[in-house]
Amino acid sequence: MNAHDPSVSSHSDELSFYEKRKGVFPRKVDGNFRRFKWAVMAFCLIVYWGTPWIRWDRGPWAPHQAVLIDLAHRRFYMFQIEIWPHEFYFVAGLLIMAGIGLFLITSAVGRAWCGYACPQTVWTDLFQHVDRLIDGDRNAQIKLQNAPWTASKVARRTFKWGVYLGISFFTGGAWIFYFADAPTLQREFWTGTADSVAYATTGLLTFTTFWLGGFMREQVCVYMCPWPRIQTAMLDEKSLTVTYKHWRGEPRGSVKAAVKAASPLGDCIDCLQCVAVCPTGIDIREGPQIGCITCALCVDACDKAMAQVGRPRGLIDYCTLEDANREQHGEEDAPLLKTIFRPRTLIYFGVWASIGAALLFMLGTRTRLDLSVAKDRNPEFVMLSDGSVRNGFTLKLRNMEGRPRPVTIALDGLPQGAIYTDEMEADAARSALAVEVPADTTRRIRVYAVQPRGVARPADFAFVLKATDKQGGGDTSQTTFTTAQGNGE
Amino acid sequence: MADMNKRIDEPTGVETVGHEWDGIEELNNPLPRWWLWTFYACIAFAVGYVVVYPAIPGLHSATAGTLGWTSRGDLAKEMSAADASHAAVRAAIAATPIEQLATQPNLQRAAIDGGRAAFKVNCVQCHGAGAAGAKGYPNLNDDDLLWGGDIATIHQTLQDGVRQPNDDATRMSQMPAFGRDGILTAAQVQDVVSHVGVISGQEKPSKAATRGAVVFAANCAVCHGGGGEGNRLVGAPKLTDGIWLYGGDRAALTETVTNARYGVMPAWGARLDPVTVKMLATYVHSLGGGEKAAPAVVVPQAAAK
Repeated sequence: MNAHDPSVSSHSDELSFYEKRKGVFPRKVDGNFRRFKWAVMAFCLIVYWGTPWIRWDRGPWAPHQAVLIDLAHRRFYMFQIEIWPHEFYFVAGLLIMAGIGLFLITSAVGRAWCGYACPQTVWTDLFQHVDRLIDGDRNAQIKLQNAPWTASKVARRTFKWGVYLGISFFTGGAWIFYFADAPTLQREFWTGTADSVAYATTGLLTFTTFWLGGFMREQVCVYMCPWPRIQTAMLDEKSLTVTYKHWRGEPRGSVKAAVKAASPLGDCIDCLQCVAVCPTGIDIREGPQIGCITCALCVDACDKAMAQVGRPRGLIDYCTLEDANREQHGEEDAPLLKTIFRPRTLIYFGVWASIGAALLFMLGTRTRLDLSVAKDRNPEFVMLSDGSVRNGFTLKLRNMEGRPRPVTIALDGLPQGAIYTDEMEADAARSALAVEVPADTTRRIRVYAVQPRGVARPADFAFVLKATDKQGGGDTSQTTFTTAQGNGE
Repeated sequence: MADMNKRIDEPTGVETVGHEWDGIEELNNPLPRWWLWTFYACIAFAVGYVVVYPAIPGLHSATAGTLGWTSRGDLAKEMSAADASHAAVRAAIAATPIEQLATQPNLQRAAIDGGRAAFKVNCVQCHGAGAAGAKGYPNLNDDDLLWGGDIATIHQTLQDGVRQPNDDATRMSQMPAFGRDGILTAAQVQDVVSHVGVISGQEKPSKAATRGAVVFAANCAVCHGGGGEGNRLVGAPKLTDGIWLYGGDRAALTETVTNARYGVMPAWGARLDPVTVKMLATYVHSLGGGEKAAPAVVVPQAAAK
């Protein structure tokens, strides 16, 4: 679009392998997008800090935290949903939905994730507010940056970095509450009795927040993050991007210059407000670029400047590439809804929604009490003195409810079969066993099934699990009965 | 050569490096300086790592590192932590008479699981991973335990072993080599084998078996019982069932009667600690052939406590 002139490029004759970072000191700005960004930031921070403290009553056998990733016990609680490790596909499904959701958002409204909701953006924004509160607005910050290291500057810097560190500590510290009971962990944390993992995690995340949010900032987006590169492939001519409408703005020049100019100038008054407010320090007038996170703060700044000189707003605005071409040819923009609801976004939405519906379906139909049977393979069967045959089985009784459940285990299809466990003696064998499965536990039981000599020996039979409480329910697991060939019958 | 292709890329104003692949060129954008500092920091870290951890390999070992860290040391720490975590349960098992273990399900469970682990180390070589035995090594899953199947008896068999000359309480008995030592003639051996074939349900009654019954009553019944029902006091196997330690066909039986058998098992009390032996006994008892303790044995002990 607005091509560089090679002759005035920043290239010096001496080749530089490494580039010193240019400071970014974004100016305070107000406007619709800034207010929206405030709201998103507040929402994200409240969700992040508040979620672990929501309580949820699950009865005496399960934790009372609404959202809890209990790694030690391999359980994931989310309000009334409890996920076991074998149900991890729910988490995988949610992650896939998050990924496709990101594609959907990106193709519909461009880099909205980058501009508003990405943690790097949210915390960078927060730290830049701290900068403005302590050091003053853009000019004061630049002045202080360039000032020599006097005692006063050292004091101000120390104070500011202390505030950074405080925010970082509460950011890193909040993370651990997702993995243990929050009030308990907080008490333990301050009394020094928490697990060392809690302190290490807090320390690490404090450091990364301090470093990435306080100092690296836009360097993360420009150099480290793969997502801007991936998004390049996600965007098309119908994606919303923050666009400088050069056909309307060029040639740029101040109001005074416009009076003197021979030919009429464009709307851009070259006030550099768009550059001053940019949190990644780019000049949007150079066209779409990887450094633009589409936070639209330059839109707010430009609208304000246009209002001051009495020109229509929207010289910098959200605009698709297609609409940019239309506007250049004096045509009307396509309707916004038609831009957003197009085959690409509808397909993304379809995929996203089907995964969500499938997950909900599985959630509604999943079983909370089940039985799995593993037959002994060594030995496959045992001949007893009286000619009866015994097979050994390992039964896993899985109670996924948050309370103990009484169940019976019985045989189906093994004539005159009797069962006993490895904690019982053989003469106590009977046709069904009553056991209790503790709350939220898989109980493993060794069961021996014996069949006397001379009765029909079907190859297949089943263990039947039945809950004997009011709720009922159960499971059946098919298995086989092995005998020596030609024996018994 | 590549330098000749260097040029300024028009849209960005950045010089290219001069390489070109199918029309795709690489821009010579400078790296950020913090990247360079990160690189230096990594080098500094690596130097520190080499100093404090084992790093440079020699012929037989690597440099030790100033921290003295070894993976074996880590393992030793984990092992002693595991031992410490078992200490309470082991003490409880040690303090509980083996006949009483079943009254404490948690201890019984721990003993069975501990026994399973010890079995894999000490017993599978002869009895097999599934304790199903092999020729000459008893199957521990069935209900035919030569010396008795209640838990105290199993424990004593393990403790003192079978036919161990240095253990006074060992399980001791010896079947005579009827054929080799000339006690029976070869024909008498065949007759008695026929008789055993009949009482174990493998052969039909025959004249040889009838002759063998007389030989059996005179020579074998003292240990194996008049009907071949066996005697656990001397470890004499039951001969009427389908379970044979050395094989039940004519050839195997002939060999057994002619040359006798002399199976042995180490006295584990001399090799393992008492708790492990207890856990092994509990595990073997749990394999399915475990029997109830004879009431006469349990009651006086319970009363004495």
